[in-house]
Order: sequence, then structure tokens, then C-alpha cells
Amino acid sequence: MSIILDHVSHVYEAGTAMEFAALKDINLVIPDGQFIGLIGHTGSGKSTLVQHLNGLLAPTGGNIYYNGADIHDNDYNKKELRSKVGLVFQYPEHQLFEIDVFSDVCFGPKNLGLDKKEVELRSYAALKQVGLEDEYFYQSPFDLSGGQKRRVAIAGVLAMQPEVLILDEPTAGLDPKGRDEILDQIARLREETGMTVILVSHSMEDVAKYVDRIIVMNKGQVMFDNEPREVFRHYRELEEVGLAAPQVTYIMQELKKSGFDVDTDIITIEEARRAILDALK
Amino acid sequence: MGIVETKNLVFEYIRRDEEGNVEGITRAVDDVNLSVGQGDFIAILGHNGSGKSTLAKHINAIHYPTEGTVWVDGKDTCEDANLWDIRQEAGMVFQNPDNQIIGQVVEEDVGFGPENLGVPTQEIWQRVEESLKAVGMYEFRKYSPNKLSGGQKQRVSIAGVIAMHPKCIVLDEPTAMLDPNGRREVIRAVRALNDVEEITIILITHYMEEIIYANKVFVMDKGKIAMEGSPKEIFSQVEKLKSLRLDVPQVTLLAHELRESGLAIPAGILTCEELVASLSAIRRRRGWG
Ligand SMILES: Nc1ncnc2c1ncn2[C@@H]1O[C@H](COP(=O)(O)OP(=O)(O)OP(=O)(O)O)[C@@H](O)[C@H]1O
Ligand SMILES: Nc1ncnc2c1ncn2[C@@H]1O[C@H](COP(=O)(O)OP(=O)(O)OP(=O)(O)O)[C@@H](O)[C@H]1O
Ligand SMILES: [Mg+2]
Ligand SMILES: [Mg+2]
Repeated sequence: MSIILDHVSHVYEAGTAMEFAALKDINLVIPDGQFIGLIGHTGSGKSTLVQHLNGLLAPTGGNIYYNGADIHDNDYNKKELRSKVGLVFQYPEHQLFEIDVFSDVCFGPKNLGLDKKEVELRSYAALKQVGLEDEYFYQSPFDLSGGQKRRVAIAGVLAMQPEVLILDEPTAGLDPKGRDEILDQIARLREETGMTVILVSHSMEDVAKYVDRIIVMNKGQVMFDNEPREVFRHYRELEEVGLAAPQVTYIMQELKKSGFDVDTDIITIEEARRAILDALK
Repeated sequence: MGIVETKNLVFEYIRRDEEGNVEGITRAVDDVNLSVGQGDFIAILGHNGSGKSTLAKHINAIHYPTEGTVWVDGKDTCEDANLWDIRQEAGMVFQNPDNQIIGQVVEEDVGFGPENLGVPTQEIWQRVEESLKAVGMYEFRKYSPNKLSGGQKQRVSIAGVIAMHPKCIVLDEPTAMLDPNGRREVIRAVRALNDVEEITIILITHYMEEIIYANKVFVMDKGKIAMEGSPKEIFSQVEKLKSLRLDVPQVTLLAHELRESGLAIPAGILTCEELVASLSAIRRRRGWG
């Protein structure tokens, strides 16, 4: 079971002066249960790509298969696809619209046709998972701070219990603790349920810490697709396309230059701590 | 008196139902005393909902105090007669670059502010040129903003604010939506404005590594100022910051973890160079070269 992108291209506003090729011949296989990081400079096509995975955008060339079926076949059930492939948009304020936070989170599961009790249980659990306090449940989502809105948007998708969870920059605007809590929670949910997670992120540190595969986009094409350590080895090439390695990788480079016997392909604090202690033994 | 002063500032959001009855009150800013000197580079940190944006919106008179007073350049923000001066002296830049740019062409967008102030045409063009140069975007002056990257758009928003000749710029998470390169560009532009033009900067952010250049940091917690000090003083207190839902830059965290593991590293390391220097000193003491 998987998602397959076969020669997928997307051209916005074809035939006008605004014509723009945002995706160029993308070929990817996304097997069940992977935790994938999708990174790339602004405008590289990340949001365009993920909106193809739940059928929100249709490719202008190529095909997308979900569990073997072409999602743009005439008889394909798009509505079911949207419930299985949950997408948290980049700008959560665009996704909120109900009169209060709780109703907003209930909207998705309600549309799945679940009974009221189940809808409410799931919504409550999802709001707890994203760490929003009870006092906000019956407030208008428009009266929340930026980070609180983002939590509500994530809860709305979690409550649908999708098979594939796509988060388009979920942690932009979250406080550091909230960022860790939400990503830890998502990592835990993935362990428990085996769902696939695709994390679009501008934080190299978060991607290094959580995912097991990184896809790097550059100008609408896939530039690297590999394990994090392998991808960040190319930090010079990443810098050329607006990205970077995690800060800790640069620290290791500097230590090496100063004569410390340490590996330079380290990408997390814990690895770095152990390597430095070893080097000083 | 500094460029921005608040005295016992309190702000409450009051929610009402359809009949206008009070449904709930949120005290978003709770007794804040802030003093920002002309030319300072201030950073404000704090958990989601701690009141940072609400506080920021007092500085250019989008919000007015429920209690207490806010002065910008010595002028009370509550007095209507001061409104124009204050909006011109204290500019704001927000998180989402797409919501802030209105012009079809970069230079036109940057010219809107001074045009609204009634600045003569010749001077508008001068200001547009200066402002775009100050953020390193002059070569893009003829571009359409939607052809720019996020970091470039944010720098155009900042240029639009500078063209008003403010004394102070408040940036509310200007880099939250940007890629690493865009974040670097914006922070570099902000630092240059502070160093070269001596514009006061108030930077709100959740990225800890962006505040190491500030000369003073305020940490908010539930509407109150919970910590106040230089970046070094603030980042020396890793556990306290964590309890306030914050964090430290990776280099500071690594230094902290190494200290906890028994190495003699000072608290509050902020840069890679400092860490390398202090590890090299340890190595020398242990007799390796
Ligand atoms: N509706 C549209 N019409 C025309 N061009 C578009 C449209 N939406 C996006 N684009 C363009 O397609 C390119 C890819 O955009 P996309 O939003 O996928 O990038 P991204 O990698 O998600 O960037 P960011 O990191 O800024 O979110 C950009 O150059 C963008 O300007
Ligand atoms: N328009 C509003 N109506 C009612 N309450 C509000 C409104 N805007 C914000 N609040 C509440 O005021 C408090 C402070 O919000 P504020 O936006 O100032 O926080 P913040 O520190 O900027 O948070 P973030 O880091 O998430 O942007 C929060 O509890 C929030 O829910
Ligand atoms: Mg995007
Ligand atoms: Mg805010």
C-alpha cells in the first residue's frame, strides 16, 4: 500500500502571462508508515506537491496512485481520499471557519458520517493531543493567538484519523515547547497507528530529529531523496538552494577544523554530545 | 524617556454574545513595564498566547491600554492628536509576507506609505531608493512582488516601513514563514537598520538563534514579563526557559548538555566560536596539544 507519483507535473495558469511550472516530472513512491520530511526553498513547489496527494490539485501531466488506484479516474471516490489523506494547510487561518473551536474540530469527523458521540470523543482527544487548554474550546477560533489557531487546525485533521497525515509547516509560529510537543505527539501516533506522515518544514533541526527520509525540492524538481544524514552531508549544495544543515552539523565541522577527532555528519544534539565526550576521553 | 515606555500596562479582550453581554474576559497583557531606549535592539520571547502580539499592537496604537499608559517617543498613545505621529514613528511588520504587500511593483509598494503621509513626489522616490537599498532589494525595484521569495517579500515589507522614516520598527515573527536563507536575509537586514540607521528594533520571534544580536531580551509568560536581560543572561538559564515553554539555540543547548555531562564549560554560550574555544581550552588542559 502506498502513494505513487508517476511523472507528475503541474503548470499554474497555463497559456497566460502568469504561466508557471511549479512541478516538473516528479517520480516518488511513498510506502505506508514512513515519516518523511519535505524541504526546499520558498517557491520550490512543496505546497503544490502535497496538495496533489489528497487530490486538491490535479496534475497537468502524469498520474497519482493511492493504494494502486488512479485518484483522477472518473469513478474514484475523492471524498474518501480526502478523509484518508489528511492535509493541514500552511496557513491555518484559512482553514478555520466555525463559530467555536470545538465545532471547528468536529467538522471533519462529522463529514465522515460518524455518529455524534464518536465525533465529539475524537475531537476532544485531538484537541488534547495538540495541547490546547479547555478554556479555549468554546471561543471563536478567530480570537486565538497565532500559535493557538495552528493547534486547532492540526486537531481538525487529527480528529479524522487519516491514514496519511500531511503537515504543511505545522510548527511555524509555535512556541518551542509546543513545536516539540506536537512533533513528539505525531511521532508517537505514527508508532501506534502506523500512519504515514509527511512533514513540510523550514526547520532543518526538526527534520533531522524526526524523519527517516528527506525529500529536497528545488525549483519544482526533486534534488535529493535519502536518509537525513546522507542529505545533510550535501550541506554546501543545500545552502546554494536556500537551505542549510542543522546548526549542530556546523559546530561539528568547526570542531573538526580545530583538530577534534569527530564525525562531521552528525545531525542531532545527542549524537554531538556523545561524539564530543568521546573525543575528549 | 525612551522611545517606547509602558507603565503598568494592562489589556483585556472582552468577548460579548449577540446581545452584547460580556461572555468572557482575557487579560492578555498584565501589568507590563517596558522601557526601550532609542537605538536599542530588543527581542521579545514567550509562549503562544503569552501576549506578545497584543503588547506589540499597543506600540503603534492598534490597541489602547485597558489600564496603564503607553508612550511612544514621549507621546501618550491614548491621545487622538498623537495618532498620526505614532503610526509614522513606530512601524509594524507581520508574519505573513503575502498579506502585507499591496503594490503591483516593488517600488510602488514601498512608496505607498510616504505617499499617504503627503510626502512630495520627488522625496518619495528618494525614500523608496534609500529604503530598498537599506534592505538590499534595490535591484528588484521593478519586480512584481509575487515573483519574489518569502524572504525578499518580507524585506520589501520592511522597506515599506522604513520609507515612513520611523524611529522604531516592531517585527512580529517576521521570519516564521521563511526558509533558512530568507530568515538569514531578514535578520541581516534588521541588524543593519539597527547598526547603520540606528532605528530601534523590537523583534518578536520563536527562533532563539535570532535574538543573540539583541541588546536586551524580554520573556513574557501569561501576559507578564517573566525574565529580562542580555541574551547571555537569558540563555544561561536553560531550565528556567524550558519551564516557560522556550528553548535555547542548538549551540547553547549542546554546551549546556556537555556541562551537565561534567565538562567545565561556562553558561550562556551563544556562538559556535565560543563553544569551540572553550572545548579547545579543555583539551589543552587535558594535555593534547
Ligand atoms: N495559484 C497559483 N498561480 C500561479 N502560480 C502559483 C500559484 N500557487 C503557487 N504558485 C507558484 O508556484 C511556485 C510553487 O509554489 P508553492 O506554494 O508550491 O511553493 P512552496 O515550496 O510551498 O513555498 P513556501 O516555502 O514559500 O511555502 C511558486 O513560484 C508560486 O509562486
Ligand atoms: N481578538 C482576540 N479576541 C479575544 N482574545 C484574544 C484575541 N487575540 C488574542 N487573544 C487572546 O489574548 C492572549 C494573548 O494573545 P497574543 O496574540 O497577544 O499572544 P502571542 O504571545 O502573540 O501568541 P503567539 O506566539 O501564538 O502569536 C491569548 O490568550 C489569546 O487567546
Ligand atoms: Mg508552501
Ligand atoms: Mg503573536
